[in-house]
Amino acid sequence: MALSHSEVWHIARLARIGLSDAEADRLREQLSTILEHFQSLNAYDTDGVPPTAQTFDLTTVERADEPRPTAGAELVLANAPRREGDFLRVRAVLE
Amino acid sequence: MADGADPTPGALLDAPVHEQACALRAGAVTARALAEATLARVRAQEPALHAYITLTPELALAAAEAADQRLRRGDAAPLTGIPIAVKDLLSTCDAETTAGSAMLRGFRPIVDCTVVARLRAAGAVMVGKANLDEFAMGSSTEYSAYGSTRNPWDLERVPGGSSGGSAATVAAGGVPLALGTDTGGSIRQPAALCGILGLKPTYGRVSRFGVIAFASSLEQVGPFARDAEDLGLLLGAIAGHDPLDATTAPLPVPDYTADLARGIEGLRVGVPRELLGEGLEPGVREAVEAALAQLAALGARIDRDVSLPSVGASLPVYYLIAPSEASANLARYDGVKYGYSAHDGPGMWDDMEQTRDRGFGDEVKRRIMIGTYALSAGYYDAYYLKAQKVRTLIRREFEAALATHDLLLTPTTPGVAFRLGEKLGDPLAMYLSDLFTLPVNIAGLPAASIPCGFAEGLPVGMQLIGRAFEESTILRAAHAYATVTDWHLRRPGAVAAAAMPS
Repeated sequence: MALSHSEVWHIARLARIGLSDAEADRLREQLSTILEHFQSLNAYDTDGVPPTAQTFDLTTVERADEPRPTAGAELVLANAPRREGDFLRVRAVLE
Repeated sequence: MADGADPTPGALLDAPVHEQACALRAGAVTARALAEATLARVRAQEPALHAYITLTPELALAAAEAADQRLRRGDAAPLTGIPIAVKDLLSTCDAETTAGSAMLRGFRPIVDCTVVARLRAAGAVMVGKANLDEFAMGSSTEYSAYGSTRNPWDLERVPGGSSGGSAATVAAGGVPLALGTDTGGSIRQPAALCGILGLKPTYGRVSRFGVIAFASSLEQVGPFARDAEDLGLLLGAIAGHDPLDATTAPLPVPDYTADLARGIEGLRVGVPRELLGEGLEPGVREAVEAALAQLAALGARIDRDVSLPSVGASLPVYYLIAPSEASANLARYDGVKYGYSAHDGPGMWDDMEQTRDRGFGDEVKRRIMIGTYALSAGYYDAYYLKAQKVRTLIRREFEAALATHDLLLTPTTPGVAFRLGEKLGDPLAMYLSDLFTLPVNIAGLPAASIPCGFAEGLPVGMQLIGRAFEESTILRAAHAYATVTDWHLRRPGAVAAAAMPS
């Protein structure tokens, strides 16, 4: 199960991770080895077996809709790399 | 405290928590003096051990003084005044929380996670934020962006991971208690490699609110300690329903120390043959076999005719599900709201890609890439959904085995602590060190690693796996085992030797 270079770049784009050419080469080899190992799952018969997303059988959990204090904008914005007034500043999304 | 025991703070550092608590209540020592002695020892060990990313001495002394006031008023809880280390994956609003990542250097959460809030309410004294593999992804603490932690038994070896800092500081005698998180073995594997006890609670037993997320369907916060009673004390302090985490179980929390001394006469212990087979280092096998004989001598009924036929699929199941969840959870690190932010590219998308390239380490990127691939169009059914279905098979087999057994017993790890750098170039070899712990997270069950001997001078751990929400049975067996063995009392000398002035 060898990944191609273009597949590695495609995954990196989906994950929004910039890669150097050397990193992409190394990842292509490592991910191919790991994906190869995953093929062993095909030996297990899962016909009619439902998937498990979580192990404790809680169904939809509801809580009372009661207001409680929040941390406040100033505290949240204190970690912002760039801010303008009470807003997070980002570069133009549409160019 | 035992008659004639030395009540000075220095001597108390090696005592169990319940003895420290007695000394504090009797007024034989103040929480402040205990905190100062603890900080002095931790600081002396740090150059050799590097168990912490951030020490918090001012916070510790303030908490200790508040604890002393409570002790004087007579309203102390069991952990009031007790020093503790906290894995740096757990949000603390008054101390930097890095997750071991350059992405979160200098990050100051806006709230405490629930478990830390509970410890603070109980009067515990946090001395620092312990080192870990970046975002808890790793088995050696070598993937920390803040440098590797060393194993206190051999400073050239890893302490395990991802909660390696928490395990190393408890094993070295820095603190009697620590919190870690366990997504695939990250509490049990370092506990085994460092020669202490560590417990992963049942999924849903402990709140994950404020714990920096890696794989949400697998991870739990849990305790490290040097004996079963202390392990139960800390578990009791953090367990229970949390309105801020909808996946916590609305079940009462038992007194985990009440039942410890009841013994294990008639306890049915199953040994899954697939997990005591090939690939084990001989010294690990010998130690686990000896422990089985000792448990039998204590009255446990050992059954070796137990099989978990699909457990061999655990590694691929885990390394599909965990990275898939991680790729979604780590999408939030975009350089906009907090954390590292690249701002030198030609546009927004370039900045985001550079933020994530420079902010994440190699292993984190590798897992995000695996998860993104497994969830991408055309591959979802073949990888992610298939893994979730095999997860059901593994879970059912554990449930069947535990229907006729009270506990299952396996080695915690296939081998003893490995050398620094030994597995860095080979991700699959690193993943294999969690072979026996991964299946338990897949099934959502509670399990602990208990010291059960030494091989090549390094600690060996055995894993006790219980039924969902039956942590008490694990603790009772660990306590009974410790009445006839002294492995949990052995302490490493390497750090003390390295900390001595030459």
